[in-house]
Amino acid sequence: MGVRDSGRLADGVVLSGIAKSFGPTRVLEAIDLAIEGGEFLTLVGPSGCGKSTLLRIIAGLETADAGSVAIGGRSVDHLRPDERDVAMVFQSYALYPHMTVAGNMATPLEMRRLTLAERLPLIRHLSPRRPRVMRGIMAEVRAVAETLQIAHLLDRKPAQLSGGQRQRVALGRAMVRRPRVFLMDEPLSNLDAALRVHMRSELAELHARLGITFIYVTHDQVEAMTMSSRVALMDQGRILQLGTPADLYDRPATVAVARFIGSPPINLLEGEADGTGGVRIDGVRLPIAPGVAAGTRVTVGIRPEALHPAPARHDGPVLRARLKRAENLGAEWMLHATLAGAGDAPLVVRITAAEHDAAAAAGLLGEDLALAVAPAGTHLFGADGARIAVRRLAGVA
Amino acid sequence: MRPGRLIGRIASHAVLLAGAVVMAAPFVWMLLTSIRPPEEVFGAVFDPIPSRFAGVENYGQALGASNLPRAMLNGVIVCGGILAVQLLTAIPAAYALARLSFRGRGLLFGLVLFGLCIPIQVPALPLYIALANLRLLDTYFALMMPFFLTVFGLFLFRQFFRTYPEEILQAARLDGMGEFEIVWRIAAPAALPAIAAFSVFSVVAHWNDLYWPLIVVTSSERATPALGILAFRDAETGGNYGALMAAAALITGPMIVGFLVARRAFVRGITMTGVR
Repeated sequence: MGVRDSGRLADGVVLSGIAKSFGPTRVLEAIDLAIEGGEFLTLVGPSGCGKSTLLRIIAGLETADAGSVAIGGRSVDHLRPDERDVAMVFQSYALYPHMTVAGNMATPLEMRRLTLAERLPLIRHLSPRRPRVMRGIMAEVRAVAETLQIAHLLDRKPAQLSGGQRQRVALGRAMVRRPRVFLMDEPLSNLDAALRVHMRSELAELHARLGITFIYVTHDQVEAMTMSSRVALMDQGRILQLGTPADLYDRPATVAVARFIGSPPINLLEGEADGTGGVRIDGVRLPIAPGVAAGTRVTVGIRPEALHPAPARHDGPVLRARLKRAENLGAEWMLHATLAGAGDAPLVVRITAAEHDAAAAAGLLGEDLALAVAPAGTHLFGADGARIAVRRLAGVA
Repeated sequence: MRPGRLIGRIASHAVLLAGAVVMAAPFVWMLLTSIRPPEEVFGAVFDPIPSRFAGVENYGQALGASNLPRAMLNGVIVCGGILAVQLLTAIPAAYALARLSFRGRGLLFGLVLFGLCIPIQVPALPLYIALANLRLLDTYFALMMPFFLTVFGLFLFRQFFRTYPEEILQAARLDGMGEFEIVWRIAAPAALPAIAAFSVFSVVAHWNDLYWPLIVVTSSERATPALGILAFRDAETGGNYGALMAAAALITGPMIVGFLVARRAFVRGITMTGVR
C-alpha cells in the first residue's frame, strides 16, 4: 500500500454491483471490486469484455444502470467527472489539438483555479488575480514537464510530437492535477513495440513514485503481468479472477483464465478421468486427478515451460508428439509439435537454449518427440471450466 | 513521358481550360465594359478591346453619382451581423445535435433537414407582414433577421462535429469544462476550416442578395450592394451600362479578394465535412 507525499493514505476505490447495458447488450453484470489505496490494479480482458466501460463508469463519463462507485470511502455516484478527483489517460491521448503542450497541461488547473470570467477571452484580462494564478500554474506545469522530460516541448502543438511524446504529455496533463486516482485506458497500445516495453517500466516507476491508486485497462496480458500489483481478468462483463499476476499464472481459476494469461498460451488437452486418480490423454495416464469420477471429461492445461524432452529411460508419464518446427529465440527455444494419436492437438514447448542443446546432443529432438510433464505448470479443469485441485506429480522432471 | 499520357493530360487541361473560360468570361466582359465608352457598349462592331479608355468617367460615375459607398458599408454591416448571429447560434446547436443525446434529437435533426428544403421565398410574405406590423421595415434588423438561423450552417457544422474524437470531449469533461465551454474552447477552434467555408458561403450569398433587400428596403440609406447597382438601371441615368458594370466590378471585387484569401481554408472545410 503506497503513501502520498503529503503523508495521508492513498484512496481506495470500491465498486459494488456495477451493471450496465447498451440497448439489449449486457456489458457489465453486477461487478464487485475493491481496489486498495495505492494499488496498481489492471483490468485485462479481450476486446468487448466491458473493461473500458467499467473505467468510464469510475471516471463518471458513463453512468451505471445499477450499483455504486466509492472513492476514498465516499460514494461519488452523484459527482460530475471533474468533481471525482480522478485523472484519465486515453488510448488516443485525447490532447487538445489547437493548444500547445503547455496549454494542454495547464487546462485542468485553469479550470480549477480560475473563475469562468477569468477564462473568457478579453474579459479575462480585467482580472488582477489572473496573472499571478497563471504564473503559479505554469510553474507547476513546468515542474511536471521536467519530471517527464518534455520541458523542451512545452511550446509545441500535439501534431508536431511523436507518439511517445504525446503519451508523456497525456500523462503530464493527468499528473498536474494531483488526482486521487489515476485511470488509464490502453495508454500504450498506439506505441511501437520497443517504446511500449520502455513505457511499461516508466509507468511502474511513476506509480511507485506517486504512490496513488492506478487503475489500468489493457487487452495485453503482458502489460497486466508486468506492472500490476493485482489483476482483474474480465470476460463478457464479469470478473473471472482477481489476484496477483502470480495467482493468475500459477493458479488460474478457470480454463478461460489459463488460456488468456501466458505467452505463448497454455497447452490445453482433452482427457478423461479413469476413476483411480489418473487422467487419460490419448492412452497416456497422468496421475493428477484424485477423487474425480471415472469417465468425467476434463481439460488438462500444461504451460509450455512445463514440458521437457524426456530422456529415453524416463520413469514418469510421457506424452508422445510429432515435432513440426523449432524456433530459436536466442536464450530459449520454442518447439511446435502435435500430440500423437487421434487428437493431433497442437503443443508448444518452451525450453532454455542450454536444455535444447543438451537434448539435441542426446538425439531427443527427432520427429518423434517424447515429452515429460512437470507438475508445477500443470492444471486440471472440469467440464464446466472450473479448476480442479491438482496433486503434485511425484518424481517427474 | 509516354505519348499516351501526354495526350491525356493535354485533353484534361483543354477541358479544364474550357470550363475556366466559361466561368471567367462574364467577369472579363464586365471589366471590359466598365472601361468602355457608353457609345460603344451596343456598338455594331464586336471588338473586345475598347477604342478609348473610359474607366475614369465610368468608375467616377459609379462612385459619385450614386450611394454605392453607402451601399457597400451597409453590405458590410448586414453581412457581418448575419454571420455573427449565425455562428453564435449554429455552432452550439450543431454540437448539441451531433454529440449530446437527448429526447427528440432525431426529430429535431429531421426538422433541420426539412428546413434545408424551404427557400426564402416561401416565408417571405409572412415575414414581411410581421416586420411591417412591428414597424421594422427599412431597418438593418429587417435585412438580417430572416437569415439569423441557418439550417445549412447547422448541417455543415453537425457533419464536422460528428467526426470529432469523443475521447477529447471526455478529456475536457474530466478537466472540468461544461458543454458550453467545450463548444467554444475545444470544438469551435477545431472547426475553423468549416467555419471559414461557411463564412464564405454566407457572406457571398447575403452580399449579392437582391430578393430580400428589394422587399424590405425602400430608402437609399439602407440599400445593400445589389440594390446599389440597381440604381444605375433606373430612368434617371437611363441605363448607363458602363457605370453599371463599373459598380458591379466594385461590388464583386471584395468578394473575389476575400475568396482568394480564404481559398485554402474554404476548400479544406468543404472536403473535411463531407459536403462535397
